[in-house]
Amino acid sequence: MNIMSETAAEKVLEKKMNEISYKMIGEAVSVYYGDKRALYDVGLKVRENTVTALIGPSGCGKSTFLRTLNRMNDTIEGCRVTGRIVLDGDDIYDPSIDVVELRARVGMVFQKPNPFPKSIYENVSYGPRIHGLARTKADMDAVVETSLQRAGLWNEVKDRLHESGTGLSGGQQQRLCIARAVAVSPEVILMDEPCSALDPIATAKIEELIHELRANFTIVIVTHSMQQAARVSQRTAMFHLGNLVEENDTDKMFTNPDDQRTQDYIMGRFG
Amino acid sequence: MSMSLLLLIVAAIGVAGYLAGSWRARGLAGGKLSNLHSRPGYYGSFVAICAMIPALLLLLAWSIASPIYIQSTIRAGFPESVKMQPEATQNLSYNMISAIARGLPRMTQEERRALAEDGASARTLLAAKGVPLASEPEPYMVQSAQDLDRATVASSLWRAVLVIAAAAAGAFLSFRLIAPRLRARNRVEGVMLGGLVAASSIAILTTVGIVASMLTEAAHFFNSVPAWEFFFGTVWDPRFAAAGATGSSGQFGLVPLLAGTLYIGFVAMLVAVPVGLFAAVYMSEYASRGFRSVVKPLLEVLAGIPTIVYGFFAMATVGPFLRDISAQISGLATGNYASFIQAQSVLTAGFVMGIMLIPYVSSLSDDIITAVPRALRDGSLGLGATRSETIKKVVLPAALPGIVGALLMTASRAIGETMIVVLAAGVAARMQLNPFEPMTTVTVKIVNQLTGDLEFTSPQTLVAFALGITLFVITLCLNIYALYIVRKYREQYE
Repeated sequence: MNIMSETAAEKVLEKKMNEISYKMIGEAVSVYYGDKRALYDVGLKVRENTVTALIGPSGCGKSTFLRTLNRMNDTIEGCRVTGRIVLDGDDIYDPSIDVVELRARVGMVFQKPNPFPKSIYENVSYGPRIHGLARTKADMDAVVETSLQRAGLWNEVKDRLHESGTGLSGGQQQRLCIARAVAVSPEVILMDEPCSALDPIATAKIEELIHELRANFTIVIVTHSMQQAARVSQRTAMFHLGNLVEENDTDKMFTNPDDQRTQDYIMGRFG
Repeated sequence: MSMSLLLLIVAAIGVAGYLAGSWRARGLAGGKLSNLHSRPGYYGSFVAICAMIPALLLLLAWSIASPIYIQSTIRAGFPESVKMQPEATQNLSYNMISAIARGLPRMTQEERRALAEDGASARTLLAAKGVPLASEPEPYMVQSAQDLDRATVASSLWRAVLVIAAAAAGAFLSFRLIAPRLRARNRVEGVMLGGLVAASSIAILTTVGIVASMLTEAAHFFNSVPAWEFFFGTVWDPRFAAAGATGSSGQFGLVPLLAGTLYIGFVAMLVAVPVGLFAAVYMSEYASRGFRSVVKPLLEVLAGIPTIVYGFFAMATVGPFLRDISAQISGLATGNYASFIQAQSVLTAGFVMGIMLIPYVSSLSDDIITAVPRALRDGSLGLGATRSETIKKVVLPAALPGIVGALLMTASRAIGETMIVVLAAGVAARMQLNPFEPMTTVTVKIVNQLTGDLEFTSPQTLVAFALGITLFVITLCLNIYALYIVRKYREQYE
């Protein structure tokens, strides 16, 4: 009975993944920093409950594209975005969209772990508190606990929730940042090279975590490591000089890419 | 030989040494510079330094020591009757002698002889040469003046000979030292380093000197007034004694002055902190780069205005304005147009001092807020916080220790500020809580006690040093504590 229901649940998940539904769609997205153009008419569809990896050499525009997805580029002076990005049918650059609400739906984890210089508990409860997601203290405790559990950090920190978040190790800090993002219950989580500042063991833990998070969230991850892209993602998009070169199933991308440039990059001929 | 000619000669020896040194090094290299330890220019500089620095040090030492030595020998030669006179009279006599000695080189041989034979004509003779004398010199003075003149000429000659010899010897010896393996670069850089160390130690030594002089004078004060009466006395009434009179010592209570200082400083901070902090938040978080690049320098210009100008502003504009407006208010309220704010008051001084402090608060806090890593802001914005939530909940808490440090530094400025309070706070040493009444500060009293014709022996003047050292200790402690906090906070992001 128990086994039956588990397989049933897996089947539902399988089915969910097999039928393609798109969470975010970018059409002809171009980004300018002042006079300099950083992105040329990128069209990319992000599938729901899928990990999409963005790869490419440094300065190719992959981080820039990632940051357009929750309008983090708005905070950079002189940055201009053209084209259309749609989240569940709504254009996120439409004036009627509140950027605060958007960022609550599309969360972000940064390259360098950046916990606030506050306690672990306050770090996780920060988002729910500003969005008013928890009424009582007990609600908040529950949100903090589930978020930390989802980020695989609960067992390590449950006895010291009120110690400073900056006192954790680098890998723990990054998982704390993931917990912080998860606590707002976003639909999409953007990760900008989340493992580049971490050692291999911490990296392995985060990758495992990304696998688990996929069941509940749509994930877009920028990475420099081809192996990481191959390990964690189902879809991969390759950027070069501000253009989207190719977007494909990860398996196909790393065995038999359509584009010569992808082949060259993956073989390490440039980048 | 004149000082400037001597300096010129030493410089010329230095330049010649530089050229000769680099030429010799080039010669030794034999066309391949890599044979040398250092580049030829360093060998040249090495010779120039060895030639000039000992010579210049010798020149400095000679110029300081020789007048002292000459003066003491001349004075030793004074007649016994003169040596009996008080020190001050002897000083006057010596001044007259050196004035005559200055006139001597301008005279011909005959005139000198005439002067030596007939002391009575000295005054007219010298006046003709452009050296005015207050009275007829006594006969021994002419004699001493001639001794002085001879000694000065001899000293100047020896100075020239020795300095030039030192320069030449330095150049020669260092030139002989030049060899391909001589570490000329290291030595030249060592001398440079010595220069830098000397420059920075001058500042420290000056501070030590200031503290030492204040401490000795304050110690004299505490000899005549017990320390506890000074630190805990609540009455300030120094009672200036008539010159020469003794016995009336007055009361020197620090407490009312300190109360006024802290009260006015508190009012100033009340004005400066919110305005400065809000300005800093706007500048660092909201202002566009163009606006910031214009307004930040403007705010810093405000910090460059001399405080005496703020003092004028307080005395001539703010004080009368507050007095008149308070008269209007009480007129409307009671029908009796009596002003309740006096032109000189805690409020006036504090308000204007607060305006003076705004740029310090905003500039320091701006730097500290800008130093909060961008990653923290992004983290908060990425969670869907608004800009103002990010500032309130993330940026300001992270910057708080640094801001507190900045505020402490500003407070120490407020406590040490002088000109504004001299002009706008009043001089009455009182203890009261009404901000509309005048109060006085430690710095005002220091100015009061030291202006005028006073002798530096009575407690009435010496108290200024005790006040000064107290103020110094307070501001020093504030600054050290502020630096400690700021440094601790800097480590937080590393």
